[in-house]
Amino acid sequence: MRDAIRFWLGDELITLRDVGPTVTALDWLRETRGRKGTKEGCNEGDCGACTILVVRLSPDDGAPQWNAVNACIQFLPMLDGAQVYTVEDLRDPAGALHPVQAAMVEQHGSQCGFCTPGFVMSMVAFRKRAASMDRPPTDAEIDDALAGNLCRCTGYAPIVRAMRQALDAGPDRFDAIEADIAQRLSTLTDGLGASLEGAEGRVTIPVSSDELAAVMAATSDARIVAGATDVGLWVTKQGRALPHVVFIGQTPDLNRIEWTEAGVTLGAAVTWSRAEDALCALQPGMRETIRRIGARPVRNSGTVCGNIANGSPIGDGPPLLIAAGAQLLLRRGDARRRIQLESFFVDYGVQDRAPGEFVEGVFIPLPEPGTLFAGYKVSKRFDQDISAVMAGFSLRIECGVVNDVRLAFGGMAGTPKRAAAAEAALLGRPWDEAALGKAREALAQDFTPLSDMRASAWYRLEVARNLLTRFHVETTGGERVSVYTSAAEAVDA
Amino acid sequence: MPEGDIIVKDKTVDQPQGRASHSLRHESAELHVAGAAAYIDDLPEPKGVLHLAPGLSTVARGRILSMDLDAVRAAPGVVRVLTAADIPGENDVSPVGKHDEPLLTSEDVSFCGQLLFAVVAQTRAQARSAARLAKIEYEREPPVLDIAQAKAAGGDLVWRSLTMRRGDVEQGLNEAPRRLSGEITMGGQEHFYLEGQAAMAIPGEDGEMRVWSSTQHPTETQVMITHVLDLPSALVTVEVRRMGGGFGGKETQANAVACLAALAASLTGRPAKMRLDRDDDMMSTGKRHDFHIEYDVGFDDDGRIRAVDMTLAARCGWSADLSGPVTDRALFHADNAYYYPDVRLRSLPLRTNTQSNTAYRGFGGPQGIGGAERVIEEIAYATGLDPLEVRLRNVYESGTPRDVTPYHMQVEDSIAADIMKALAKDCEYFERKQEARRFNSGSRFIRRGLALTPVKFGIAFTATHYNQAGALVHIYTDGSVQVNHGGCEMGQGLHTKMTQVVMRELALDASRVRITATNTGKVPNTSATAASSGADLNGMAVLDAVTRIKTRLVAFAAEKWKVAEDAVTFGANGVSVGDRTIPFPELVKAAYFARISLSSTGFYKTPKIHWDQDTGRGRPFLYFAYGAACSEVAVDLLTGEMRIERVDILHDAGRSLNPAIDIGQVEGAFVQGAGWLTTEELVWDASGRLRTHAPSTYKIPGCSDRPRIFNVRLLDEAPNREETIFRSKAVGEPPFVHGFSVLHAISDALASIDDYRTCPRLDAPATPEMILRCAARLREVAASRPASAPSDG
Repeated sequence: MRDAIRFWLGDELITLRDVGPTVTALDWLRETRGRKGTKEGCNEGDCGACTILVVRLSPDDGAPQWNAVNACIQFLPMLDGAQVYTVEDLRDPAGALHPVQAAMVEQHGSQCGFCTPGFVMSMVAFRKRAASMDRPPTDAEIDDALAGNLCRCTGYAPIVRAMRQALDAGPDRFDAIEADIAQRLSTLTDGLGASLEGAEGRVTIPVSSDELAAVMAATSDARIVAGATDVGLWVTKQGRALPHVVFIGQTPDLNRIEWTEAGVTLGAAVTWSRAEDALCALQPGMRETIRRIGARPVRNSGTVCGNIANGSPIGDGPPLLIAAGAQLLLRRGDARRRIQLESFFVDYGVQDRAPGEFVEGVFIPLPEPGTLFAGYKVSKRFDQDISAVMAGFSLRIECGVVNDVRLAFGGMAGTPKRAAAAEAALLGRPWDEAALGKAREALAQDFTPLSDMRASAWYRLEVARNLLTRFHVETTGGERVSVYTSAAEAVDA
Repeated sequence: MPEGDIIVKDKTVDQPQGRASHSLRHESAELHVAGAAAYIDDLPEPKGVLHLAPGLSTVARGRILSMDLDAVRAAPGVVRVLTAADIPGENDVSPVGKHDEPLLTSEDVSFCGQLLFAVVAQTRAQARSAARLAKIEYEREPPVLDIAQAKAAGGDLVWRSLTMRRGDVEQGLNEAPRRLSGEITMGGQEHFYLEGQAAMAIPGEDGEMRVWSSTQHPTETQVMITHVLDLPSALVTVEVRRMGGGFGGKETQANAVACLAALAASLTGRPAKMRLDRDDDMMSTGKRHDFHIEYDVGFDDDGRIRAVDMTLAARCGWSADLSGPVTDRALFHADNAYYYPDVRLRSLPLRTNTQSNTAYRGFGGPQGIGGAERVIEEIAYATGLDPLEVRLRNVYESGTPRDVTPYHMQVEDSIAADIMKALAKDCEYFERKQEARRFNSGSRFIRRGLALTPVKFGIAFTATHYNQAGALVHIYTDGSVQVNHGGCEMGQGLHTKMTQVVMRELALDASRVRITATNTGKVPNTSATAASSGADLNGMAVLDAVTRIKTRLVAFAAEKWKVAEDAVTFGANGVSVGDRTIPFPELVKAAYFARISLSSTGFYKTPKIHWDQDTGRGRPFLYFAYGAACSEVAVDLLTGEMRIERVDILHDAGRSLNPAIDIGQVEGAFVQGAGWLTTEELVWDASGRLRTHAPSTYKIPGCSDRPRIFNVRLLDEAPNREETIFRSKAVGEPPFVHGFSVLHAISDALASIDDYRTCPRLDAPATPEMILRCAARLREVAASRPASAPSDG
């Protein structure tokens, strides 16, 4: 094992031996490295002023992948093995602005300028992604790329114009050195992992699931961190000390997406961005809701299994995956077990996980032919918001009656939860208005939701019922019911 | 102005350089995109700089029984803990002289999030960690949290109530053929400037203090520091190069952070910096006032208003701050663009145990306008007329008896009707409205709605003495020009516009004109950069300073080269003196050798304005800025989700100083206004703790919330009839009001539930939940009708 973490910052190879487990990339960039272009706006991964670019070789195809991430909730050891760029790296060697920067200037895309570097970084990342598309990106895709960046001045219109202009511009400085970057990254991939011990705590970067299992069995204070999109806030907002953090984000065998005839298994370190295509290949009905989990920078870092393991009642992943019949893979030492995902969530703050046990992956079965599936997310704001109600519905009809149904909800109870009474109201009955009415009524037996700053109990129950109605309309020959779809079509047509 | 005279332009129609009104890019644009524009936290830190973190109250109301800060003092890196006892001067930062706002409280706690102490430590992380270790004991009292509770508790006011009246409102209401009453609630709004509150102070010799602050009001920040430190103003200098957004949130709310940094610097003799974490910022600083407006209106069958009686109650928070002038301005705008024959308007600035609400873009004006637009909507549903028709029938008609405001000012410049008509025609309002109704009649769950709303916004500080500005212009012997003025740059492009004033007067390229950081040592006794007045006031002051130097140069050149003064003109190729052309730097150098002063101050005070609050009469505004917006939305009746499909705006920036910047202001203000009225919801729990104190819980509009189709145009060839800087009009606040077109479009969509027979009375913010509740109410009304209304599921 190495006793240092290593990454490239611009054109400099950084090697750090004395680094605490929870120093954030943002603080280090600004305070230690004096890179003041990366800003702190919220310190919780919601505003995007701190957006940086993290380049890694894809575990899928080995090509460099350009990901925008929030530096404020990235712990520095998470950058091990990466090529990192900040806004200071964008000018070409002759000093000219990057095409994205030039477009932002020309389109009057900055007013106060504080969010601007973060936008610019997200836009550079999107230009890279768009380069592999065989058509011009839609407005909806641009919205998605910029969903993690808040601007309070411009109303976004000139920024979108700048994005369009930059998409049409020629190559940037990175295109010319892409092979060099790949070379740099492959030399950093030494398969060694790292272990650092310092005044501020202990850092472990395991190289395998076996090593992770050994570490977790041997220590009691270790906290597993994959993407830190939740744990980051424990530190930046709650001031919690984490004496020993085990970073699994780059552990190879936890980064696998494995297909079998039965379904797909996502390793514990698979991010939402990487999982998206696999999950949607398996179940296209997931796409719209996955696209609305966090925003792009959050999905580039946050993992599917982290979204499960933290046990939150308002994570968007679990209702979708429960509806899809997912199973959770748990490991403790050499002992592995597999449970239905819904049974992992015992109560608020309580999961079916023993001390030393960890989530190794999640398995999602291929749906039975003819399965009707939908994911619905309802929140105050379309993008980058936490659900008031999240629903995952799966239903199969045989011989004219419902013979399999899974109605899973988030935001309705202390855990992500199936609506047992509503499911019972549907099972064995035709999928008609009468059954729908019974199921709507039964939801009141299933849930006694809370009122909080996101929504009242009344709203949550009403919407949960209405989402069943939406599902019914959409699966019985009606049109999609969504203001968002109709709008997207208007623009993209 | 007849309808045909409205000419529109968009920013692609640029104008030649040399005219002031051309779309010069933001002076810092290249720095912004490169991350090279420095904000307070980016400034080089002096050696030994200390960092502060706040200690905030955790209860909303009560008395502090004990404050045990031993563990805080003992924490690693802590140098000192500041409490009320450490303040050498006055423990007060009330910006209006009410002495009701202690910088650090030691006895009474008035809201959850109030500053109790501040930790001074070697690092910011240490200061934040240490602040959590305080042990505070409180004697709790039940807090008064909102307008209803404040009224129920006796209605304690933070400022005097203002009444405006004209005519006999009782008689008007009684004699009107028709009459109705109702109420509307509008929520508050967090500024969410991307750069949070921040300041750095460096102590100097003999008590001097230099402070860099992210403030919209450097002079007030300076004065507050002198109060707290008990120093003469001459020892304290405040500087701000730029803010990462302000929106009113740094007009007074920057003071506390700057005062604490200066206090720490003063007590320790070391530089000190304070930058609030976002959550602390949102927990402790004031926001837009939420309002509850009760209205009683008399009108006739043609939809013409006869009389309006309105009470505008505001949640002001724990101290006065700017709540007096904010609630006054709500009254000044409770007519929006409409003539009220008999009228009485009354403000109720209520004290509550919440953050002290403050300036926010529009300064109460939008809330007043919200009341006016609701009245219009009520009349439309009561008469069956289209709301736009009702608007046009009630709009001010300049030069007729129907041109007097509730504060007895004549509206001399009303173009609201012309703008509404031009926009309605341009965006096919009536046709699209019919189309939406057709769509709705066949759609069970998705409903569409349209609304077209105007804005008339009064320009000038209602505190008359604020309507003055200073500037300082130097020309150096190489011909480059340094400009300083009293306004602050917060993204609005003020410095760019000021650069353009100099460029135009001296025919110089932008690269020869440098605007320097706003500094109380260069231009003293400045007014806040607020009330949309930045370019109006400072532009004239800069023009005055430049003109003074230019006059000297002209006189010098005329004498030296023996030509008439009118034969000296400034052009792109240099200065023409008779038939000679002299490069500008050469002329300047020659003037220097002839011992001509190349530096001048400039000064401006707004003419014509006066206002007497005791009589409720005056001319508080020099002019009005106008505009109109038409929004179309789609609403989902199953979830209350809403999408803005299309927005068309026609806005009056006079003869725009910079069309690109002004259109940017309009676009940004619209989205901010729409956010206020839709997704932005402040929620306090029963104990008085703000639960929406970060972007994870408080949702400002994101990129995908912008209108799918967004057409913004400025009126062209619409010079201000008043003598403003190059006949432009202020543009910061007025377009914020265009957000109301979204609220009313949602309302129009919801009205379909009861076949447009019931005024939906949709309150703001129209979150999905608010929309769904309104839909449920309308469904009940529809169901209670004997004849069956169209089904909506």
